[in-house]
Amino acid sequence: MSEHPPVRDWTTDFDHTDEAWAADPFPIWDELRRTCPVAHSDRYGGTWLPTRHEDVAAIAYDTENFTSRSVVVTNYRPPNIAPRGIAPPISSDPPFHAGARRILLPLMSPQVIAKWEPSTREYCESLVDDLRGRDVIDAAQEYAQHIPVRVIARLLGFPEDDADLFRGFVHHVLEQVTLPLEQRFLGMQDLFEYLRAQVQDHIQNPRDDLTTAMLNAEMDGEPVGMEHVGGTVALLLLAGIDTTWSAIGASIWHLAGNPGDRERLLAEPELLPTAIEEFLRAYAPVTMARLVKHDMDWNGCPMKADDWILLSFPSANRDPAFFENADEVILDRQDNRHAAFGLGIHRCAGSHLARMELRVALEVFLDAFPVFHLEDPSAVRWSGGQVRGPRALPLRIG
Amino acid sequence: MRISIDLERCEGHGRCYSLAPALVEPDDIGNGCVVGDGNVPPDQMDNARQAEANCPERAVILEEQD
Repeated sequence: MSEHPPVRDWTTDFDHTDEAWAADPFPIWDELRRTCPVAHSDRYGGTWLPTRHEDVAAIAYDTENFTSRSVVVTNYRPPNIAPRGIAPPISSDPPFHAGARRILLPLMSPQVIAKWEPSTREYCESLVDDLRGRDVIDAAQEYAQHIPVRVIARLLGFPEDDADLFRGFVHHVLEQVTLPLEQRFLGMQDLFEYLRAQVQDHIQNPRDDLTTAMLNAEMDGEPVGMEHVGGTVALLLLAGIDTTWSAIGASIWHLAGNPGDRERLLAEPELLPTAIEEFLRAYAPVTMARLVKHDMDWNGCPMKADDWILLSFPSANRDPAFFENADEVILDRQDNRHAAFGLGIHRCAGSHLARMELRVALEVFLDAFPVFHLEDPSAVRWSGGQVRGPRALPLRIG
Repeated sequence: MRISIDLERCEGHGRCYSLAPALVEPDDIGNGCVVGDGNVPPDQMDNARQAEANCPERAVILEEQD
């Protein structure tokens, strides 16, 4: 089970950690949508991959037949910690989910997130200041990745110096999904021990941040409990970092390779919010997952209990049956019901934060470096798995 | 024209109040909330159509009036 040979047939043996998927998944999804719209693979103990918008949406909305008990595809099935799951609310199903989400959403609302914009801008400006005067930079390593780490650390009230540690946790949980169970478990233990210490510190020294707000949160008149607090804090730390890093990096990558689009944004800066939605559609970083609840025939697919569903919002966003010219990046696309932040009750709770970071990061970058190109297109490296974005992005800015 | 939000469908993506801030505002959890009576003045027609055409959940409802 822990071996992952290269994929030879994407219709019967797909693997989202394959190098070909990481490098360029779009032709794979296009082919599947045409020939085998809900593909199956025996890998990870049985996995289904819907690629059409219609099917992805139907599964996202169907909490009767699909559970969010785990949203990261690995070789083992997580224990059923009903009703909350390991990282509420992303791991929770109805009816518990609604209460857990009700606690979190006011802490991540657009009004609250707006307060973080000035410090985010200041931080982005300090990053570009350090890069000025260079000929070549790595926009993924030296710019994009730092922004969400810093912002999330501040939101949670965690030490900003622990950035490397956070990145390590994220890499382990979201990218090293093919490791044996024992190693997966040890990595998770490190994460939860770190979080326990941070939460303990917030109990002793309450302050104005998200961790303290979670400690004060109640459901049905009772405190939510330490496991719930730890799980939600883990979710924010894990889900808020390489997702946004990927979105910022992919947008910069697009502009580096498409000078016409870069020049248009410089000439029409008011277009940026619309363009950002198009970058989110075309390069949606996040693929979610579900587990099948029980054996069933789903639209002709013989699904078994505990089969994985790779819920490909990125592929749904490229479905020509749903979007006109789906494979083209159109900066001023007017009708854009993209699903980059998911659909239904699990809509990304951090979407307002992610959009703010993405907009500020691009504004500051374009202002500092109005002209940039890919230094070596073959040196660009993309992460595979369920969060896809550039991890090496050398740009010539001089 | 009248604009309304189907609260059964709204999940708080926030496209409506970003595109039509004069017509829709966020509530405390980020769901869309119609400002005033929902009547769309002529100079807000385009924004209303944009809000409808960009909602991932199809929760923005536009109705023609006599």
